[in-house]
Amino acid sequence: MERDTHFVLGVYDDEDVLLHAVEKVRGSGVKIHEVYSPYPVHGLEHVLGYKRSRLPIAAFLFGMLGTSLALTMQFYMMKFDWPMIIGGKDYAAFPDFIPVTFEMTVLLAAFGMVGVFMVSSNLKPWAQPRIFDERSTDDKHIMAVDIANNGSMDLAKIKEILKSSGASEVNEKSFE
Amino acid sequence: MQVTSSVRQPLVTGGKTYHDVTHDISRQVEGKPSLLWFLAFLTAAGVLALGAIALVATLWEGIGMWGLNKTVGWAWDITNFVWWVGIGHAGTLISAVLLLFRQKWRTSINRAAEAMTIFAVICAAQFPIIHMGRPWLGAYWALPLPNTFGSLWVNFNSPLLWDVFAISTYFSVSLVFWYIGLIPDFATIRDRATGLRKTIYGALSFGWDGAAKTWMRYESVSLILAGLATPLVLSVHTIVSFDFATSVIPGWHTTIFPPYFVAGAIFSGFAMVLTLMIITRKVFKLEDYITIGHIELMNIVIIITGSIVGIAYITEFFIAWYSGVEAEQYAFINRATGPYWWAYWSMMTCNVISPQLFWFKKIRTSIVATFLLSLVVNIGMWFERFVIIVTSLHRDFLPSSWAMFYPTWADVGVYLFTFGLFFTLFFLFAKFFPVINMAEVKSVLKSSSEKVEK
Repeated sequence: MERDTHFVLGVYDDEDVLLHAVEKVRGSGVKIHEVYSPYPVHGLEHVLGYKRSRLPIAAFLFGMLGTSLALTMQFYMMKFDWPMIIGGKDYAAFPDFIPVTFEMTVLLAAFGMVGVFMVSSNLKPWAQPRIFDERSTDDKHIMAVDIANNGSMDLAKIKEILKSSGASEVNEKSFE
Repeated sequence: MQVTSSVRQPLVTGGKTYHDVTHDISRQVEGKPSLLWFLAFLTAAGVLALGAIALVATLWEGIGMWGLNKTVGWAWDITNFVWWVGIGHAGTLISAVLLLFRQKWRTSINRAAEAMTIFAVICAAQFPIIHMGRPWLGAYWALPLPNTFGSLWVNFNSPLLWDVFAISTYFSVSLVFWYIGLIPDFATIRDRATGLRKTIYGALSFGWDGAAKTWMRYESVSLILAGLATPLVLSVHTIVSFDFATSVIPGWHTTIFPPYFVAGAIFSGFAMVLTLMIITRKVFKLEDYITIGHIELMNIVIIITGSIVGIAYITEFFIAWYSGVEAEQYAFINRATGPYWWAYWSMMTCNVISPQLFWFKKIRTSIVATFLLSLVVNIGMWFERFVIIVTSLHRDFLPSSWAMFYPTWADVGVYLFTFGLFFTLFFLFAKFFPVINMAEVKSVLKSSSEKVEK
């Protein structure tokens, strides 16, 4: 797929202005490529219409995997592979297996979820992100609108909509 | 833009804008290190090198270098282990439990507190590893691998093995939690930098671009990690207390140990956070971010947990008497009046009496008093572990084998080594990593207010 290369950028100073602006811009039929913020803005994902993240499901599944791996490992080692009486307890001393089971549940849930997060958000040390505006990690919220994706709409019209939605600056940005 | 509310004090003072936050925190990373930092770093590295002599001597000669004997087989090393692990509880508590409780004041201190956690756990891990005697052979024995003599496995009934799982899970999950929080801030530094620094922080930032979708996932990950880390942090010191509570030794074999140890861990952890943060805010001029309000809130946590610890000490004594078990009663009488009475009363003074001074608003909002009391609490918590461990062991069931424990220079030196390690790592962190979570501070700069002043 060919990467989209020409964007109009709306620069917003304030998170509340941004939230209203996203609603306004989307309401007037402009498709927003993405909004880049220096910090998490609560409610932004709702006005952008993003679906809830499914990462909690991934965490749960990895956690279950950890639980079952831990229990399988301990029962296999202690009960079947090399049974030994320790402290007069049953070979399968179930209550004694709980701490390790809990720790492995947490370990796999945490690492599994973070792994899925890294992959789904394309976070890796050698990633080369497209930086629309370097101030988006400092103090500005950048709304990127893909020109090609809003083909029917006039460039000046898009700029006008962004400006009237409260953007402090409206710029254009092209990537190679 | 500054937060003002008629009800609450602002979390960040000095009328900071978003850009000021970026600038104030990134400045430490970008500028040349100050002379003060160099002196502090060299001192820490010097202590590390000095302590390394004792470490090498211990590894070369063996555990006989320590003051342990037939009666007291656990003393200085496990005291240090429990002490460091306890300190390592505050960071994840601050970032995870306070996140779940939506305590926004955590944002200024969570980064450094988590770093402290990670370094403290690294220091704690040294002691069991060194105590293996030959760690190059022994470290993997703790893992569930079939050994070379057959398929004899590790013993899953042993709390010492649970500790291996608990500490390593705690360390790695805390590290991941900390790093996920660092990624957006590394991106901020990357976007301000040029040349080599841009390359390095670019790689560290994992290609973060601050997209709304990524932030949404980030928030989701933070919340779940906090939810996982909260029971984890409680489980770790619970399992550490099992090392004692599951053995049939008078003074150890009590069901009060898990909550008592967890409260003690939070108590000492917050004290260490205060010690470090008071120095950090001064050296890096972060008084607007780590305000008296933050210090006061942490002192309140110290009063609460200190009081829980105090009640636990008294409960233990009461139960020893009430149980009617002679050995148990003797263990406690011996703690308070035996040859280690001075350690017991140091512990009582430092942990039970001194934190009660924080009931006075003047004291808990005074930086000097807080700093001194935070040191006192840490000394007290070291003595607590020493008292529990050594006084219960040194007069065992057979009076002919009663003995005393005296630390040797190697005991002290290995402890010094971990101090050097801790502060060397902390100073490196403070110079090269943003010490305050910029993104999170920005996110609370405006939201907790009713009106915003430009």
